[in-house]
Amino acid sequence: MEPRTALARLGDVAERGLPLFRRLASTARRAADELSERLLGSDFEARIALLRERYTALGGDPFGFDPETARHAAMVSAFFHRMYFRTEVYDVDHVPAGRVMLIANHSGQIPIDAAILGCAMFFDANPPRITRAMVEKWTATLPFVSMFFNRVGQVVGVPENARRLLAMGELLLAFPEGIRGVSKPFSRRYELEEFGHGFMRLAIETKTPIVPVAVIGAEEQYISLGNLSWAAKALRLPVFPLLPQMLIPGGQMPLPTKYRIFFGEPMRFEGDPDDDDTLVGEKVYLVKQSISHMLRRGLSQRRSVFF
Amino acid sequence: MSASGLLVQRTEQQSAVIITGVCGRLGKRLLRFLHRERPVVGMDQRPFVDRPVDVEHYELDVRSKRAREVFRRGVGALVHLGVMHDPRIKSSDHHAWNVMVFQKLLEYVETFQIPKLVLLSSANVYGPRADNPQFLTEEAPLLGAGPFSEIRDLVELDIVCQSFFWRNPATETVILRPSHILGTVRNAPSNYLRLNLVPRLLGFDPMVQVVHQDDVVRALLLSLRPGARGIYNIAGPPPVALSRAIELLGRNTVALPHALARITLERLFKLRVTSFPAPELDFIRYVCMVDDRRAREKLGYAPRFGLEETLRAVDEERWIS
Repeated sequence: MEPRTALARLGDVAERGLPLFRRLASTARRAADELSERLLGSDFEARIALLRERYTALGGDPFGFDPETARHAAMVSAFFHRMYFRTEVYDVDHVPAGRVMLIANHSGQIPIDAAILGCAMFFDANPPRITRAMVEKWTATLPFVSMFFNRVGQVVGVPENARRLLAMGELLLAFPEGIRGVSKPFSRRYELEEFGHGFMRLAIETKTPIVPVAVIGAEEQYISLGNLSWAAKALRLPVFPLLPQMLIPGGQMPLPTKYRIFFGEPMRFEGDPDDDDTLVGEKVYLVKQSISHMLRRGLSQRRSVFF
Repeated sequence: MSASGLLVQRTEQQSAVIITGVCGRLGKRLLRFLHRERPVVGMDQRPFVDRPVDVEHYELDVRSKRAREVFRRGVGALVHLGVMHDPRIKSSDHHAWNVMVFQKLLEYVETFQIPKLVLLSSANVYGPRADNPQFLTEEAPLLGAGPFSEIRDLVELDIVCQSFFWRNPATETVILRPSHILGTVRNAPSNYLRLNLVPRLLGFDPMVQVVHQDDVVRALLLSLRPGARGIYNIAGPPPVALSRAIELLGRNTVALPHALARITLERLFKLRVTSFPAPELDFIRYVCMVDDRRAREKLGYAPRFGLEETLRAVDEERWIS
């Protein structure tokens, strides 16, 4: 007699269906592996292990860098780096080993450029390096943000911290334009704002090579028409950019522009770190000129904002 | 008594160390290490119950005439640990008591030419701030009392001691600023880590520095050596994220939003349920760590206790209570 109970019928389905499920599952797994390899590269775990080794040897990072958090952050930002912004990185091997300062143009309303630069140094540089950006002081007062920044190796931008990081042989990222650069309106894209002099004094004092970096693509990710200073004041924010795209559904995401990052030749400066502003300013000007030159060259070669 | 006997007694007297606040836990700890090497005179308003036989103890107010007499006999050093920290006492009383006592002590040191003065200050005088550098050097401004006015006397003590240091080069003055001292001591950081449910602030996880009480005692002993003078930050093992420290201790933890935690703590403090004043929340919100390079180089100080040992020290005497 044939078992015709519901349970038995379900068993039949399972018997016939299981190989199909298995095949589906393995296809899905293979697709996921492929995707993760495309995103993260085959040596992702090895890169993470290298970093972990470095900071374990140092007896833990005194600024709170946590390789596990960084691993997850890298997995998420890899999507933006490889697929969303499809970053092209040029001459990353210009970055020397040991202590070094990356000086870059800052743009794009929110500092995605820093994250993508961090990705470039992690995924595309050999050996991988952690980018330690000097972040605005007020971010340390923000819950979650401060915690996250600490754990992925970002540091409050005071000179003492920079000095200590350089002494540890770290890679420092600074945007001498600061908030002026990141919040400038679309009409002034790729114009460099005034550079602060602090980074240059520090580089001279600590004899650190400077690598100028030009980031192209970040300017167009959010189109800002201007800054509402009264709203910024009311909300106690440093700036309040006017972004019409925020009103469109999905416009909250940055536009998928194509990022191009150009690393310049390392520059070394000598002199007295306490020199007069005009003397230090001349050296700062050289760095600024180098970035602006790379920007112009990059922009003239670019066929489209998005491709 | 023979002449040589007198001489011995005299030099012994001159090498004696007066410890104020000796009945505190740290005081007793220091005494245990010190009284075998040098004669020790204790001074405290509290009675000294389990006093070692070779230790002289005076139960008195430092401002009294009797205290002056003790100093008049001539001593080798003064270690001032008798700083009142009790957050329950009204802040004006607190302030007056701490500053006046210290002023009086400085007067004795100056009048009787005591060659050594050691003040145990604290890294808290720098204060936890969002824009603090990760490691504060001894030159950093003392901004601790800004948001937390209850500790203004501690900052003032430190500053008064600094000016004394410059005014009286004949006395070797040492100011120690240790980070959070952990151990059997009853201070805020140890009490905080002794809680069964350790609260944290949601979205904040600053790096913290802790130092074992016996490492602090060793720093005190080192600063009693002839020749040591100046201001020194004292730190323990490498810093660690607050959440990691709590995890290492195996405590349960709960994260509260800052605004809620502040209001709750203010209420609870008023109701005398907790002994943590609300401004102390900044210590688990922002970073307040010190650079102890100077102590390592000039004082020859190095912490002996590792991170886990230091953290576990808060539980050492738990079973007694």
